[in-house]
Amino acid sequence: MTLFAATAIAVLVAMALALVRAFTGPTVFDRILAVNTTGTLTVVLIAVYGFIDNRPDFLDIALLYALINFIGTVAVTKFVRFGGMGVAPDKRDQGDI
Amino acid sequence: MNPETLHLLANILSWIFISGGVFFALTGALGIIRFPDVFSRMHAAGMVDTLGIGLILVGLMFHADDWIVVVKLGLVILFIFFTSPTTTFALARAALDDGMIADALPDLNKAETPSDKKGAL
Repeated sequence: MTLFAATAIAVLVAMALALVRAFTGPTVFDRILAVNTTGTLTVVLIAVYGFIDNRPDFLDIALLYALINFIGTVAVTKFVRFGGMGVAPDKRDQGDI
Repeated sequence: MNPETLHLLANILSWIFISGGVFFALTGALGIIRFPDVFSRMHAAGMVDTLGIGLILVGLMFHADDWIVVVKLGLVILFIFFTSPTTTFALARAALDDGMIADALPDLNKAETPSDKKGAL
């Protein structure tokens, strides 16, 4: 239990450090990168909380969060780069990022 | 081996793995703050995504009561193992298309405009 609590606190500290970059990042890519790292650490936090509470069902939520985090990050990246979610009109070969 | 020895061994292994994972997660998060430009920050974020996450989840596997818990933890590791490089690739390509140049490459910096002027939001 002590091990899990210490792990959760360390993961929360790492998330706070990544969020500092998300708030202060000079470019939009820094912010996307920091939010993606925060989401990845959230997956671990959910898994560790499942072990703290002795409820392994939380691992399903962690699995789902990992997938949604990936899709969301790629979607935001594509939106920032092309200004839309479809194929870019003038650069047709670069629509699939 | 008797069950007590196995239990102690699993505890020690889990401590080692989780300590390593926490070290890499904290170091990578510190690197995201300290590194100079977005490409080197991607390197630090990759450290969190692969070694930090992987070692912590492998350490959690030693505390699993059921085999399905181990399978689910392995699936999380597998997904992040594939999605993290994909995300970094898409982000690096978008940043390169936007005209950002790594600050650590001074020769390229002379040819292009400074990267901190680009992509400001």
